[in-house]
Amino acid sequence: MDIHEYQAKEILSSFGVTIPRGGIAYSPENAENKAREIGGSKWVVKAQIHSGARGKAGGIIVCNSPLEVAQATDKLLGKKLVTNQTGPEGKIVNRIYIEEATDIEKELYLGLVFDRSSESIMVVASTEGGMSVEEIAKEKPETIIRSKIEVAVGIQSFQARELAFGLGIDSDLIARASDTIIGCAKAFSELDATMVEVNPLVISKQKQILALDCKMSFDNNAMFRRNKVSELRDKSQEDEKEVYASDRGLNYVSLEGNIGNIINGAGLAMASMDMIKLAGGEPANFLDVGGGATPEKIVKAFRLITMDKKVKVILVNIFAGINRCDWVAEGIVQALEKIEVKVPLVIRLAGTNVEKGNKILKDSKINYIEASTLEEAANKAVAAL
Amino acid sequence: MSVIIHKDTKIIIQGFTGKMGTFHAEEMIKYGSNIVGGVTPGKGGQKHLNKPVFNTVKDAVKHTGASASILFVPPAFAADSAMEAADAGIKICVAIVDGIPSHDMIRIKRYMRRYSKTEKMTLVGPNCAGIISPGKSMLGIMPGHIYKEGRVGIISRSGTLGYEAAQQMKNLDIGISTSVGIGGDPINGSSFRDIIEKFEADDETDAVLMIGEIGGPQEVAAGEFAKENMKKPVIGYIAGLTAPKGRVMGHAGAIVSAYGESAIEKVEILKECGVTISKNPSVMGDTVKSVLEKM
Repeated sequence: MDIHEYQAKEILSSFGVTIPRGGIAYSPENAENKAREIGGSKWVVKAQIHSGARGKAGGIIVCNSPLEVAQATDKLLGKKLVTNQTGPEGKIVNRIYIEEATDIEKELYLGLVFDRSSESIMVVASTEGGMSVEEIAKEKPETIIRSKIEVAVGIQSFQARELAFGLGIDSDLIARASDTIIGCAKAFSELDATMVEVNPLVISKQKQILALDCKMSFDNNAMFRRNKVSELRDKSQEDEKEVYASDRGLNYVSLEGNIGNIINGAGLAMASMDMIKLAGGEPANFLDVGGGATPEKIVKAFRLITMDKKVKVILVNIFAGINRCDWVAEGIVQALEKIEVKVPLVIRLAGTNVEKGNKILKDSKINYIEASTLEEAANKAVAAL
Repeated sequence: MSVIIHKDTKIIIQGFTGKMGTFHAEEMIKYGSNIVGGVTPGKGGQKHLNKPVFNTVKDAVKHTGASASILFVPPAFAADSAMEAADAGIKICVAIVDGIPSHDMIRIKRYMRRYSKTEKMTLVGPNCAGIISPGKSMLGIMPGHIYKEGRVGIISRSGTLGYEAAQQMKNLDIGISTSVGIGGDPINGSSFRDIIEKFEADDETDAVLMIGEIGGPQEVAAGEFAKENMKKPVIGYIAGLTAPKGRVMGHAGAIVSAYGESAIEKVEILKECGVTISKNPSVMGDTVKSVLEKM
């Protein structure tokens, strides 16, 4: 789960990380007042969407008066921002963060992630802040320094110091820099985060160490014990169909193609998408109804796929393992009594009681194309376009 | 003796009396697995499915001599149950449950470092289908009848894609020595490399089919191990050719976030390691067959 920049800043600030003064606004008047409250003579108006690279998309505007702040807010609110991370449809701006402008002396990079090779938490830092970590890894890999956190004891002061010295930070600022790194590491561990990124982490001309932009992501599997964090979810930033799916216990990812998929199991779903591509088609989605493929889940899946207007063919591929194909077939028949499907439907059943399952489908009134292998299913789906 | 489990392996069920535990215990008993009891704290002394129930894993091990366990406890309690099994001297523990937080998985793996290599429990999963040695024992939730007894090992992240492979192989009359589902989470108990090493040492396995997917370094690590250390042929398939970068594809671990984690990159690296690649998921069985014919 992702959260907004201002939410990540509030969290990190509570873990001892210094952030510039700022506040959230929902209207131009609100924004103008916030700017006066914050004080100073220069402000930054930042569109809050779940995406990086907002600057290039026009989502960050520097203003020299509270009136300009109001105008910038007016311009951004309700607008869809398209960045290189949002996809062509963009993300809607419903909240604006107003922040005092910072006199930047140096921009650094600080990130924490799970390292799957060492199965630990890895701190990654670089002197080249402001660029994405992928860009840094490509263009200035020699500037990257890493430190592994031993989860049993958490980050140690010496590790934070080593990183801070490694970034070339002046001696009189080392203590503050270390506290910043330790704060981020504590937030990561204590809140079940999967990513904390401060980019850039800046040293200001006034010799302050400030988190200028922050991102945090959290483990969905841990939200049962993170009530406060889970309240920060902003569904307006997620794909409408993906929200519908996640609310109903389905694993769904919206894609660009026109062949809709209903599949049980994540691996089989990815494999079926691959087969569609190899057959010359493009999948409209990833959809895993769960290994069990219960009739209720199949009904929900058909509802979801028929919501997607770009779908021209639906491919159902169910491998009945512990359940049976006859039961799955009954689920499909029930679903199609409730939901009208106007596009061609290809169904492939495999596994336990496959003959019985296919017979139930044949004897029913549903109009479909039968397939017996994965390959045949994909070919028939593409041919039906 | 087959790799990991054999006919007489004594198995206990953690979360025995729950709905999931009961259902799958019955399935395993039907298959012929040697289920000797189970654990549900607070229900010790009772009988369930005609088997004894214990309060703690230690009690269960003491009274039954169990060496294997399978977890059907909710995700919030799964880490605790896995560590309890490790501490009670269980040798192989399969965690079926989907939804264990990654921070908990790291904690389990760190906790298990307190045991020496010979005393250490093998943890398989979470978010997996478990282990089956066809005709011998099933420590999992798979449909046992689609697995034919034979001499090919399977390691798969995905449950249903593993079933697909087993079915394709059965249709071609190819049998399986053991199939291990290692699960779709980013941090898991046993990696591809951990299991492929066991297959290389197993005298009942002639070749290994590895079914991977996008995300993480494990498939490549296993390929490199195979290149350096293995005499047995390895066949591979990687799912997720069409998966977009940066999106989680159902399995928490199926996300491309770094170089070498996409399906195309993994396939290229595995080919360089001498792994025979199944070019699509419909020909996993055929690819295994062609490799076996060359042996």
